[in-house]
Parts: sequence; C-alpha cells; structure tokens
Amino acid sequence: MSARPLLRGVAGIATSLLGLLVLTFLIGRVMPLDPVLAIVGPDADRSTYEQVHRQLGLDQPLAVQFGRYLLSLAHGDLGQALLTGNPVARDLVRVLPATAELATLAMLIGVLLGVPLGVLAATHHGRWPDHLARVLGLLGHSTPVFWFGMMGLLVFYAWLGWAGGIGRIGLAFEGNVPTVTGLLLLDAALAGDAPAWRSALRHLLLPAAVLGLHSMAYLSRMTRAFMLAQLSQEYITTARVKGLTERQVVWGHAFRNIRVQLLTIVALAYGGLLEGAVLTETVFGWPGFGSYLTGSLLLGDMNAVMGSVLVIGVLFVSLNLLTDALYRVFDPRAAA
Amino acid sequence: MSIAVDSNAGARPAWADEAVALLRRLMRNRLTAAGLVVIGLLVLLALLAPWLAPADPLRQDLARALLPPGPGHWFGTDEFGRDVLSRLLHGTRITLFIVVLVTVVVGPLGMAVGVVAGYFGGRVDAVLMRLTDMVLSFPSLILALAFVAAMGPGLDHAVLAIALTAWPPIARLSRAEALTLRQSDFIVVAQLQGASNTRVLLKHLVPLCLPSVLVRLTMNMASVVLTAAGLGFLGLGAQPPLPEWGAMISEGRRYMLDSWWLVAAPGAAILAVSTAFNLLGDGLNDALDPRQNT
Repeated sequence: MSARPLLRGVAGIATSLLGLLVLTFLIGRVMPLDPVLAIVGPDADRSTYEQVHRQLGLDQPLAVQFGRYLLSLAHGDLGQALLTGNPVARDLVRVLPATAELATLAMLIGVLLGVPLGVLAATHHGRWPDHLARVLGLLGHSTPVFWFGMMGLLVFYAWLGWAGGIGRIGLAFEGNVPTVTGLLLLDAALAGDAPAWRSALRHLLLPAAVLGLHSMAYLSRMTRAFMLAQLSQEYITTARVKGLTERQVVWGHAFRNIRVQLLTIVALAYGGLLEGAVLTETVFGWPGFGSYLTGSLLLGDMNAVMGSVLVIGVLFVSLNLLTDALYRVFDPRAAA
Repeated sequence: MSIAVDSNAGARPAWADEAVALLRRLMRNRLTAAGLVVIGLLVLLALLAPWLAPADPLRQDLARALLPPGPGHWFGTDEFGRDVLSRLLHGTRITLFIVVLVTVVVGPLGMAVGVVAGYFGGRVDAVLMRLTDMVLSFPSLILALAFVAAMGPGLDHAVLAIALTAWPPIARLSRAEALTLRQSDFIVVAQLQGASNTRVLLKHLVPLCLPSVLVRLTMNMASVVLTAAGLGFLGLGAQPPLPEWGAMISEGRRYMLDSWWLVAAPGAAILAVSTAFNLLGDGLNDALDPRQNT
C-alpha cells in the first residue's frame, strides 16, 4: 500500500469519529430537552436553575462547549450517570462484556446455521431447501425481535421449563462467580464451577438464539446469492467436467471463493447485532449495554445515553473499518 | 433512449397504463401478490376500523379484565377489560400513519440530498456525503433512540426520529443515479439550451431517480414498522392508552405468563404487516430490475 491511500484512510477515520462526536454533542446539547431541568427538577427556583446552568457551562458559546466536551472525552470522561452515580465510562466497561457474550454466541448461531443453509439453498436452487431458506430469511427479516424473545420465554421458560429465564445466571449463583473477564461463561469455567457454568449457559442460549435468528436470515440470504453467482461460472463447469465430486466442487471451489465476501458480511452482521441487543436485553433482563441504554433513556439521563450511543457508534465504525481492512488483506485484487 | 410522444392524448395517460402493467407483473408472483393483498387489507381495515371494531378501543370495563379469547372477545381483553381485537383494528391506523409519514419525509429529503450531491459534485458532494456517512455510522435504532431521548417520548417524536435516521440510504441511492445521469447527453443538451440547475434537477434528474427510490422506500417500510414497534415497546413511541402494537406488547408484558394473547396478538399483527411489506418490496425490486430476472 502506498502512502496516499493510507493517508486517505486515516483522514476517513478521523472525519468519521469527528462526525460521531459532533452528532452526539448536538443531540445531547441542542435538542429541546433541558439538561438543567433533568438535574434540578421542575420545582427548583430561578437562582438554583441558573447556578446549575452555569456549572454545566451552558452559558458558553456552542464552540466552547464542544471544545470542553472533546477535552473531557480525551480524558476518558463521559460524565456522571444519574442512575448509578458512577462515571458513565466505568458503567459501560462493566456492562459491555455481558452484551459481547450475548452477541458473540448469537453470531456463532447465525453463522453455523445461516451459512450452511445458504449453501444448501444455492446448490438446491428452486427446490425445497431453497424455499425453506427463503421462508426463514423472510421471517428473520420481518419478526419483531422483542416479540420473538417474549414468545420464546413463554414457550421455553414458562411452559416447557427448558430455558433459564430472566437474567444472566440463576439466583443461587448470583455474585458467586468471581469476575475476571466479565464473560460469565468464561469466568465460571475459569473458577471451575460447573453448576454455575450450566446455569449461565441455560440463561444465555435462548436470548442468543432469538438474537441469532436475524443474523441467520441475513447470512443465509447473502451466502445463497454469493454461491449462486459462483456456481454459474465456467470454472465450476470445468471442475465438474474434470470429474470432481459435487462436494469438491461446492466446498473446494465455489465456497473457497466466497470466503472473503462472507467475512465482510459477518462483520457487518455483528454490527447489526448491537442494535438487536438493545431490544433483546430489555426483554430478557440481560444486564448489558442495551438494558443500560434503555434504563437511562427512560430516566432522561442524557450523560449515560449519549455516552452509550457514542461508544456504540465508535464500535460500529471500527467494525466497518476492520471489515474494510480484512477485505484488503484477504483479497489481493482489492489491495491494488 | 425512448422518446415519449403524447399521441394518445385524451386516452388513458401513459403512467396509468404502466401502473396497470406493473401491477399485473407483480400479481404474477404469488408471494408478492400475497404481500399486496395483506397491505390492501391493512389499508381497508384502517379505513373501516371504527365500523369493524366490535367495541371502543379505549373503553375500560374492569369487570371483564384479562378474559381469554372466546366468543364476544375474539382476541380476549386486556388488564383494563379493553377488547384486544378492537385495539388491534384501531392500531392499523397508527401503523399506517407512521409508515406513510416517515416515507413522505424520508423520500424527498433523501432524494434532495442525493440528487444535489450527485449533480453538483465536488465540494457540495463531499459535504453532503460526509453528513450522510455521519448518520450512517450509527446503528439506526440506536440513533433513533438518542433522538427520542433528546426530544422526549411520543408518537410524533418517534416518527421524526425514524425519519431522521432513515434518509441516508435514499440519499446514497439517488446520488449514485444522479452521478451516472449527469454526464448523459440529454442533460448536457438541457443545460446548453439554458435550463437552470433547478430545472434540470426537478424536471430531469428527479423523475429518473424516482422508480428506484420508490422501490427502496417500499423495501424500507418493513423496517419502519419494526423500528416504530420497537420504540413503542421501549415506551418511547406512542404512549398509552393509544393502541399502538408495540406499546400494547409492552403493556401486556406484565400479564404475559397467564394472558399470553396480550402479547401474541399484537406481535402477530406486526409480523404480518412487516412480512407483507418485505414481500412487496422484493417483488417490486424484481419487477423493476430486469437484471435480476434469472
């Protein structure tokens, strides 16, 4: 890579980040909701109101306020959360592992089911596996994820008793697993606590499956399209004429060529999971980023809301950039 | 390039013929036809809701609270004894209201940004696309949440928040169309004849971008329905006692274990409508894009 595209890439990252900051700043400061009222309450007298107004620096010009905002961000300071009384940054560090655990398992489910389904649909184009993939894809696209989660709870928790229900782990184990990584499955395994591990898994599987359905739908649809494009090409005919088995043709030739495309799609789907996590976590009482965000939203706690939104924006942008970079690394044509 | 000749003045206008032909092509695909039928039904139910609904959607009757589905209340009653079927029927109006309003805002907004950026290019393009990327760099639901948080919850604010997050893909699309069109001969001819930029934009570029934008808007409607329901579910969209489907699920949640119909019925309604919009969007995409006819 020569210096120029690299420079352009860095400039792109910088402007994306600046854009995120401007947007969160504007939403947080300029929108009609009064941040002073959120702190002093509607009954405060005029002098208290103005004192807080000055303390928040709201009497300064917008540019100065934005400068201060950047300065505090540079110190890793996202402000205080009203709900917990902690710095928002510390809260986020605490809740993000729970979301990461949920989203990662959901992604695994989505990839392990979606990709084979997409391949099967492509190799059986127009026959029942294709129709099945289409119906599942359509449902995954159209189902409200929060409703799906609640129906899952109703059936698998309330009626059948298979799933673990609300929260990350059974009440009996709550707080017993020492936090190392924040990923409960990993922490329980590290502590060698088999019952806690099983309880955590039982709690994790249903929300992850619910969340994974959407990525499964998306991945199977994309895999199918990629595979169909490959299977219609001449090198596939050549491979067949050569006498290769169907399995070698499909997995050894066609699938090999869509791996890079798939990788980028998976990274994008992971970003989409962050979104689904907000609703899923609310349904399952999952103490992750989504519950934190919606809890703060309902309290009108703007510091916590904007902090969370900013962090998610940064994660989202990084994922996109990572996808781009992966594409360049694995596809030599894109590097030129 | 085809030349439109108004030889059949007085007869049916050309666009009506085209619309009929398009409709016929759409109905040929059974799935698309199913989607169209469901959406037609939705519109019909919304229009006739006050006459079709067996009861007032807001009238409480605590003596008849949480009744399971059965004769008299086909979808049961909620915790205030309100008839769930009547609430669902009136909810169609809110769903349609949201979808139509968001689309009416997002279409022109996205198209204006995109066409202007693509036509003028250079700095204008750079600034507008930077803005577009800025909005795109957040997952849309999360950005919508942030907007609603700042504006306060409510149906109008939810609509506005969804619209504010949904225009970038439309802008991207119309920019791409405008980019390919602006070099074409007929645009250059129009410019040489002295047509103003406004005229070229409105009379030549916008009409040509319209078909693909409309397809994209239709495909987007399903996600509008889902996002609106999600906001309602989180308590940030339509507020009780409005019979918005997402809000109904949220209210029914507390009674879900014993009264499953409070959650199942509105959810199924959301699923049906968003599936229908997805089917219609896919069908339109296939019908208007001959490259995909395999």
